[in-house]
Amino acid sequence: MSEALEDTGETGIGAPVRRREDLRFITGNGNYTDDLNQPGQLYAVFCRSPYPRARIDGIDCDDALAVPGVVAVYTGQQMVDDGIGDLPCGWMVKSKDGADMLSSPHPPMAATVANYVGEPYALVVAESLQAAKQGAESVYADFTELHVVVDLATATASDEIYEGIPNNLAYTWALGDEDATRMAFAKAAHVTTMDLTNNRLIPNAIEPRACLGMFESATGDYTLYTTSQNPGLERLVLSAFVQVAPEHKLRIVAPDVGGGFGSKIFIYAEETAVIWAAAKANRPIKWVAERSESFLADAHGRDHITHAELAMDEMGRFTGLKVQTTANLGAYLSTFGSSVPTYLYGTLLAGQYKTPNIYVEVQGAYTNTAPVDAYRGAGRPEATYVVERIVEQAARELGKDPADLRRMNMIQPEEFPYETPVALVYDTGNYEASLDKALDIIDYAGFEARRAAAAEQGKRRGIGFACYIEACGLAPSKLAIELGAGVGLYESGEIRVNPTGSVSVFTGSHSHGQGHETTFAQVVSDKLGINYDDIDIIHGDTGRMDFGLGTYGSRSLAVGGSALVAAADKLIEKGKKIAAHMMQATPEQVTFEDGQFTLQDSNQSMSIQEVAFASYVPADYPEDLEPGFAEKAFYDPNNFTYPAGTHIAEVEVDIETGVVSLEDFVAVDDFGHIINPLIVHGQVHGGVAQGAGQAIMEHGIYDEYGQLQTGSMMDYTMPRADDLPDFKVDTTVTPCTHNPLGVKGCGEAGAIGSPAAIMNAITHALGIKDISMPATPEKVWRAIGGNS
Amino acid sequence: MEQSGEYRIAARREDVWSALNAPDVLGACIEGCQRVEKLDDEHFEVAVKAKVGPVSATFNAALELSDIEAPVSYTINGNAKGGAAGFAKGSANVHLDEDDGVTVLRYGVKANVGGKLAQVGSRLVDGAARKMADDFFAEFSKRLDPDSVAVATAATDTDAAEEREFEKSGGWLMWVVAFVGLAIAVILAF
Repeated sequence: MSEALEDTGETGIGAPVRRREDLRFITGNGNYTDDLNQPGQLYAVFCRSPYPRARIDGIDCDDALAVPGVVAVYTGQQMVDDGIGDLPCGWMVKSKDGADMLSSPHPPMAATVANYVGEPYALVVAESLQAAKQGAESVYADFTELHVVVDLATATASDEIYEGIPNNLAYTWALGDEDATRMAFAKAAHVTTMDLTNNRLIPNAIEPRACLGMFESATGDYTLYTTSQNPGLERLVLSAFVQVAPEHKLRIVAPDVGGGFGSKIFIYAEETAVIWAAAKANRPIKWVAERSESFLADAHGRDHITHAELAMDEMGRFTGLKVQTTANLGAYLSTFGSSVPTYLYGTLLAGQYKTPNIYVEVQGAYTNTAPVDAYRGAGRPEATYVVERIVEQAARELGKDPADLRRMNMIQPEEFPYETPVALVYDTGNYEASLDKALDIIDYAGFEARRAAAAEQGKRRGIGFACYIEACGLAPSKLAIELGAGVGLYESGEIRVNPTGSVSVFTGSHSHGQGHETTFAQVVSDKLGINYDDIDIIHGDTGRMDFGLGTYGSRSLAVGGSALVAAADKLIEKGKKIAAHMMQATPEQVTFEDGQFTLQDSNQSMSIQEVAFASYVPADYPEDLEPGFAEKAFYDPNNFTYPAGTHIAEVEVDIETGVVSLEDFVAVDDFGHIINPLIVHGQVHGGVAQGAGQAIMEHGIYDEYGQLQTGSMMDYTMPRADDLPDFKVDTTVTPCTHNPLGVKGCGEAGAIGSPAAIMNAITHALGIKDISMPATPEKVWRAIGGNS
Repeated sequence: MEQSGEYRIAARREDVWSALNAPDVLGACIEGCQRVEKLDDEHFEVAVKAKVGPVSATFNAALELSDIEAPVSYTINGNAKGGAAGFAKGSANVHLDEDDGVTVLRYGVKANVGGKLAQVGSRLVDGAARKMADDFFAEFSKRLDPDSVAVATAATDTDAAEEREFEKSGGWLMWVVAFVGLAIAVILAF
């Protein structure tokens, strides 16, 4: 069963410390963007295109400007006229023929053509929110409807959306050895094929996006409070590319942020327009999205169509994998939209297996729908879905136990480091250990008895596996930049030991639900031997910390935490020099442990607090040493980290109604060393809940005309607590070999493994090859009818 | 989306006709109707303030009549723009028959909606459209005969409606206005 986790008062690495930030969240004392107000602030409401594709022939603002309280209406064309640049895509993906990807023009607000329903084209600012809303309802744009491309399956055969982008293709990207893979299939004893769809998801963080933009005319300083996962990147993009303000004059603050799941990584139109408009109006401007705007204009996730083939020899050993995917990019390339279905997807298709030949081709297609970008797992859930669905199907076709077939093909512990045919080098792992533990916890041997018991109740019970791998800790900067990333992917950290011995820690990483303020404090406390309660973690403010790259891709601890370890090491080195001087010895004679600098072979020692005080009051101090006790570090990872594990789902299907009930779910994950198991379990729970949502409930649907049909909580089903069983979460440990904490990252694993496990269980229960996600009661009911 | 319906109005055809010739009756029957303007015999502009679920806005509609078989049937094509609320566009076929002193009106509408109407209202538009049409005819019948109410029967396929000879009248234009009202009521609700 899952590990018992009680906060025992221990605070070091490995202790299940309750999250310190939760007290303010659950008592309503969080400090979210909408909690912030400025004297004289205006309120913004965006006018959004009701058409999926339409030319803007003119915008009549007269009625809006006549509304009492309305101060101004700003249009997309005005932004263009002011020299505000396009919102850039941060990752240049090349087609297999070497050509650069084709980017559509992407002004922050639509200037001449709107390309998806919900795209903003004007911004009304007013003295009150009510006046702004009334003003927005009084803006009349003269739209001329244009032909639309909505259906992903036919998008590349449809008329062009953008001049100069034939077949609506941003790129046709490929990875792997096509010829070798073809030969592997020619020699295959058995080939399993599958056509799979990965349903479009709409993120729905609990806090909608929001921003508060300010301009100080006296100094020319801009300040933008916004719901961002990476304020450092936001500032870089808004200054260097969009050219809203010079970087040194722009401060981005992401205060408490209520969930992101990827959707708040990106640089969006709204905050760009608001900070620009704040300078034009010379007044602070606040915008808070309504939930319906989140549905329309937050970047969506997933949305793939895939044909996959798996070749095997007569023993069932995988000899080749061919994958052809069409990925929906939406109307524009969002900040990382190009990389998600390519480098974060194709590279993961080896899974946990020794498949020697893999070839993947991905067509990135434009449609007149909201942009699609990273959503919890970002490419890796899609890859896992392909690999683990086809492997499970292969086992069924070969009449083999799906656990046995996987085991036979798994990379073995002694084979690491293992180079896959799709460009990654896995550093370490023990996949069978996770599989064995998961089989034990779910009581695999008892499944048939549970199935028989369910059958007596008129239910069909099924079991399904997913042995996933992911690549986290984005990423070695040189490699990422070689592959097209526009920035490096290191992280910054600074530890300031204050004169009184308390500690302020600054990280370029950003917490929006991950619990950094707790975990990072545990790391620093453990490393420096300073009381956990004396350590504060400060993040999310470009005015206070060094340039950093934020939080996504389960990178915070592996990269940001490692930066703090590096900073702590520098502090310890400096402390040794100070302590040595004061103890009249050489630094080499001083050791550091549990917060004490100790002179070897003596009873002399100094606490780190005493050393810090001495550094700020340097009366008796080394001549060649700077005063002060603060160090910073930038950490650039040497490799990705590779969390992996086994998820097993058991479901029951009610034959009469088609309702799928997730009865049991086991997640055994290898995240390397764990700093705080309570937080790790929480991350797995949340991820599995999202994966269950994708498998059974959630689906972002546009109708044939390009209108979003699932635009509210009435029509888009989110998982609720009573849809989910009590998850059984456990771990195995193979420490990451290349970062100082030996950690791998746990933020996305739950969402990566669970959809495949649940769909394998559902198809197992129903005795069918496939049913497309989400497995809603109607779809399941029809599948049963068609199968009986 | 598609919808059809049938109303039996407890009034003689001639009385319905004359009521439809009274603009004040029509204006009063279309809740939120702010303006009806005839541009020419086939083109009209109408402004209606409408509310569907959480979405409320003033819709400015351009309407075009076609396939006019006065005074039996018309096709009305409409395109209503509601600014921030989105848009509705579609067409309505309207037939009028007489049955034993009762006037039978049948309509069929095909429409699609966009923007906020589609996003949050698509689940509600069926019911809202039905209610707007029901309200229109309830009010309309009451004005014809205070003791009667319009009886909405189950929606049927209007293709089967039998066309009958209908006495021609110089007042056909007010028919147009009447059905513009109906059509806008129905279209707006989508």
